[in-house]
This record gives sequence, structure tokens and C-alpha cells, in this order.
Amino acid sequence: MNIIVCIKQVPDTTEVKINPETGTLIREGVPSIINPFDTYAIEEGLRLKEKFGGKVTVISMGPPQAMEALKEAVAMGADEAILLSDKAFAGSDTWATAYTLSQAIKKLGEFDLILCGKQAIDGDTGQVGPGIARQLGISQLTYVFKIRHLDPESRTIVVERLLEEGREVVETKLPALLTVVKDINQPRYPTFLGIRRATRMQIPVWGAADLPGADSSKFGLKGSPTQVVRVFNPPKREGKVEIIQADSVDEAASILADKLLAEKVI
Amino acid sequence: MPLLEINKEECTGCGACVSVCPFGALSLVDNIATVDDKCTACGACLDVCPVNALSLPERPEAAAEDLKAYQGVWVWVEQFQGEACSISWEMVGKGRELANQRGTILTACVLGHNVGHIAKQAIAYGADRVFWVDDPTLAVYRTQPYANVLVELVRQYKPEIFILGASSRGRDLAGSVATELYTGLTADCTGLDIDPETNLLRQTRPAFGGNIMATIICPNYRPQMATVRHRVFEMPVPDENRQGQIIPIKPNLSEDQIATKVVDFIRQQGEVNLADAKIIVSGGRGVGGPEGFEPLRELAEVLGGAVGASRAAVDAGWIPYAHQVGQTGRTVRPDLYIACGISGAVQHLAGMGTAKIIVAINKDPEAPIFSVANYGIVGDLFQIVPALTEQFKKKLRR
Ligand SMILES: Cc1cc2nc3c(=O)[nH]c(=O)nc-3n(C[C@H](O)[C@H](O)[C@H](O)COP(=O)(O)OP(=O)(O)OC[C@H]3O[C@@H](n4cnc5c(N)ncnc54)[C@H](O)[C@@H]3O)c2cc1C
Repeated sequence: MNIIVCIKQVPDTTEVKINPETGTLIREGVPSIINPFDTYAIEEGLRLKEKFGGKVTVISMGPPQAMEALKEAVAMGADEAILLSDKAFAGSDTWATAYTLSQAIKKLGEFDLILCGKQAIDGDTGQVGPGIARQLGISQLTYVFKIRHLDPESRTIVVERLLEEGREVVETKLPALLTVVKDINQPRYPTFLGIRRATRMQIPVWGAADLPGADSSKFGLKGSPTQVVRVFNPPKREGKVEIIQADSVDEAASILADKLLAEKVI
Repeated sequence: MPLLEINKEECTGCGACVSVCPFGALSLVDNIATVDDKCTACGACLDVCPVNALSLPERPEAAAEDLKAYQGVWVWVEQFQGEACSISWEMVGKGRELANQRGTILTACVLGHNVGHIAKQAIAYGADRVFWVDDPTLAVYRTQPYANVLVELVRQYKPEIFILGASSRGRDLAGSVATELYTGLTADCTGLDIDPETNLLRQTRPAFGGNIMATIICPNYRPQMATVRHRVFEMPVPDENRQGQIIPIKPNLSEDQIATKVVDFIRQQGEVNLADAKIIVSGGRGVGGPEGFEPLRELAEVLGGAVGASRAAVDAGWIPYAHQVGQTGRTVRPDLYIACGISGAVQHLAGMGTAKIIVAINKDPEAPIFSVANYGIVGDLFQIVPALTEQFKKKLRR
């Protein structure tokens, strides 16, 4: 099994605090981490490798410091890593990101499975996975929370996808791209040996010149159809909480029930 | 490496840009703005600079006549097991408004098998024209045939705007279609409007787990595509007398060319899906264990609502992940959200902070959930929730 995992380094938005006075984000000291959903993708890749043999290659597009994320993935057990980093890639929206990643994947050669996270916790779009699948012309299975069955011989995979109404069981042919949700597994921690290996590993950095087959007008800002024109703080919720106090629980419950009925939300 | 150019001569070191950068990529060094590699070229800083010292490289512009060839507003009507999903009618309602503003027509794309009734409904809800694509291969949603049909239609009829509900299927589909068409796609919008000067679609969406909002445009590529969250736009009132044109389309699909097969569907037993739910009763660490969700379920049942959970309760294994509300779970927008024993961490608030009415029931009066709630009761949820259930049973005669 030749498995590729796409990972993004993101600011740990769970560490982001809001300044109560200005309502702006406090970003000081917010660490960069591997996008949490991508750690599930790495773990799933490692488990498949342990079961079927083969190798796991992690790939990330980002600034030079995204190297840390790749090293962490190697420390978890990934075999190889590639960093895509070039000024030409800067300012990519999801279209250009998917294009660039798929060009690099083409260069890597044959593969059986690509794993992505359901979405990145900063951009939050969940569009890069479907974008890569389409660029490569392979099946996409999004929101996967369980791989039920994988047969490298017949090259079929059966997964459960988490949808609004329940779980959908789908089968497709390899190669395929999966985006995974949180429930799929519990990611392992890096091991001591893994960390040693990661520290020593020379991770190749590819720039635009390393993707000669690509159309460079489709990279980065100039290849990106979307433009952010304004960034602002979300509107704050109006008003203050009304704390309901009463002599008994039943009375408090009755008051609350009346208020909610009056709000016409029931 | 960052693309942002800073004119050091002009910069006054006021720091306005530093405080708006969502990525913390800007700082003042020797009283001059300096940018590092965290810059994503998002452009948030450009407008706040009082002396216009910041700039990004120019992008190639499309020829105006190429863009003019694209006209009309389109909506994808999602169906599940032969019934239209309510999010799609919300899209039709908004699409109607956008079409009126642009002085153009609204087209609904109905894909499925034996879905003629949905095509008719689409007219009733506000479409002028329906592309009715009926085929056995489209009975159940699958990315490839659905995307291929829509890509073909867009190439042939060239809409200016194309919106889809940001359901799991909608996001799956839109990502594939926009990639093939090489156009922009804005995810998970909570606002859409037309810029009166440029006539461009302004697409507003939360990012960073709801911590910031961004307005995005797609000036040089068509169609302008967006997915929109559940329950953001009003459900229109259908008018059975509305007239429109239904155009049946025979797709060029054959089952043996579709790699993906849907084998089974396991419906959540007896539960309303969170995304569509008008009322959600949600539990956190305070419910104490799997059986602690029982009183919440009873309340949800009386109210006809769904049961949600915080990450803490899901991670503890008390309730399946499908119920998780928040940044790593689902984003919901109910009319009423009753948070029981939930402290209200930022990541949870990101998933439910836009609910119309929030009720917090918590022992800890300092819990952050109270700061976003409309109503609160400080106390033991195991007493309050059953009492509330009883009161509603009485008052609603259920
Ligand atoms: C405020 C804001 C709003 C934005 N809104 C939009 C928008 O609506 N539409 C749009 O097209 N762009 C948007 N962008 C740009 C977008 O964030 C970037 O294009 C980004 O490179 C990828 O999108 P994402 O973070 O949403 O990733 P997602 O698509 O959510 O990521 C899904 C998965 O793809 C893989 N992946 C994503 N990025 C990388 C990477 N760099 N390297 C390796 N693997 C990766 C990971 O497996 C990840 O889990 C926005 C940016 C900002 C700052």
C-alpha cells in the first residue's frame, strides 16, 4: 500500500482567546500544530501500512516552518515527507492549494490511497480534499469515520461516511482519496525512536521549479479564483443573560418554559 | 517569502495592520510594520492602513465580455431518499432574492431518480426554470455522476452565480464541481449579497473556528460559487400556483463507469438530525455519564428536538461523535439551544453561538456559557431538566 497523507500546519485555534474588551483575537503565544483532523489521517495511514505493508508519505504545502509539522508526522511513523514551499505558492486559495498538491502527488508516482482531514481548523473549508481528488481524477470519499474493509488484491475499499441523517456505507475502487473525521481513530504519540529519526531526516523541499509539468500560472495568489476582501470580528451576541431564580426548581422551570414559549422558539 | 509588500517609507508604525492580521504575521520592528511567513496574503490588512503602505501583487484580470457570457442564478436542490432537503429550499429562497437583484432568472438543478415532484416543488418555492435530471444512476447521491452532470450543465448554460447548501453532500459536490470548472468556491457562507457597485457576489463566512468572519469575492472566474450553512436563510413559503419551466435532461451516464457504489445506509435511530434541528438539547461534562443523557433525551423528545453534546462528553465515550457540536463536530443554528452541564469553551461556542435563543443550565455560575446565553438557571441539571420536561408536557399538552 502506497499511502499519501496531506497535512496542513495551522495555528492552534483552540488556544486562541478573545480579548473581552476589543473582541479581537489574541494570537500571542498561539502555537502552530498539525491540523487536528490530519493527525487522524496520519494515524489511519500508519494503521493501514501496519496491516498491509507499504509506506506512508506525508506532504504539506506551506511556509518553511511547516517542516515542523512534517517532522512530527515522521516522528509518529511516517516513512517519507515532502514540503512544498515557494513564494510562488503563497496566497493560494483552495483551488490553487489542491492544484499544487495534486501536481506534487503526480510527481511522486503510483499510489493507492490519499488521506486528508475533513477540514483545516483555520480555513475551515473542507474543499482541498475534493479538489485533489478531482485534479487527479480519482474517487473521493469524504467524512469517513470508519474503513470497514480494504482489499489490496481486488483494489476495493468500503467505508462508512458520517452524514447528517446517519451513516452511509460506500464502496469504491483504489486509488481513492478519503477525508476523515475525528471518530475514526485515536492518534498515537510520537515515539522516542521516531523523534530521533525525524530530527535526522532531511526532508526535501519542492518549489515551483520542481513541478515542471505544472502550469505555473495556476499557482499561488495569481492562480486563485477567490479573494478575501474583508476580515472582521463576528458580531457579538446582543444583550445579557437573564438568570432565572425562584423558590423551587419547579417554579424556575415553569418560568423558563413560559419565557421560551413567549419567544416563539418552540 | 510573504507576498505582502510594505512600503517602509510610507509606514508610520501605527500598528493598525498588526492588530487586524488574523494570522499574527505582522509586527512592528523599529516602529515599522514587518511581515513574516505566517502571512497568507489574505489582504485583511490592506484597507486598515491609513497611508496605503501595504500592497499585494496584482492578479490577472478576466476580459469583461468573457464574464458577461455568464448570466442567471443557479441553485442545486439536494434530495435524500427521494425527498428534497430543507436546506435546498432555503437556497432557492435566497437565490430568488439574488436573481431579483441581478434582474435575472433563477434556475434549480434537480438531480435524482423519480424526482419529478421535487422539480415541481422547486417552481413553487421560487425557481423560474428547473433542470430536471432524472436517471437511475442518480438515485442516490454520488460525487462523480452528480458533479459530471452539473459541470456539463454549467459549461453549456453558463450561470453567473451557483449556490449549494453546505450539507455534507453539498460540500462534497461543490468542491469537485468548482475544481473541474476552475472557479472560486466560498465555503460555508452565513451571508450573501450583491455589491451594488461591482455587481459581484459578496460571500461572508466564518473561519478560524468562528473566531473571525471573512468576506470573499470571485471577480475573474465564473460562476461565482458558494455553499451556505443550514438555517441561515429563511425557508420560503411555497406557492403552488407559481409558473415555471421544467426542462427534462437526459444525462450521459452509465452505471459501469461509476466506481463508487452505495452499499447501505444506517439511519440514526429515532433522532432528528442536528443540522436541520430547530431545537437542540445538549449535554456536556456535567451530565456525568452515558445515562446522564436520558433526561436530556426526554426533554428533546417533548420539544421535538435533537440531542447534542460537547466534546468532553463525546471524548468520554458517553455519546457517539455524530452528536458533537462545536469546532471539531457539527455547526448548528437552531432556534433554541439548551446547554446542560456545558461550560462553553470557545470551540463549543463556535458550533452553536448563532442559535437564536440559548439557554444555559449549569451548576457553576461562572461558566462561560452564561456569557452567550439568553436565559440561565444556576443549579443541578438532574433536577432542572426533568422539571422543565414536566412543565413543557403540561404547557404543550404533550
Ligand atoms: C479567513 C479566510 C477564509 C478563507 N475562505 C476561503 C474560501 O471560502 N474558499 C477558498 O477557496 N479559500 C479560502 N481561503 C483560503 C484557504 O484557507 C487556503 O486556500 C488553504 O490553503 C486551504 O484551505 P483550508 O484551510 O480551508 O483547508 P481544507 O480544505 O479545510 O483542508 C482539508 C484537508 O486538506 C488538506 N490540506 C489543506 N491545506 C493543505 C496544505 N496546505 N498542505 C497539505 N494539505 C493540505 C489537509 O488534509 C486538510 O485536512 C480562506 C482563507 C482565509 C484566511
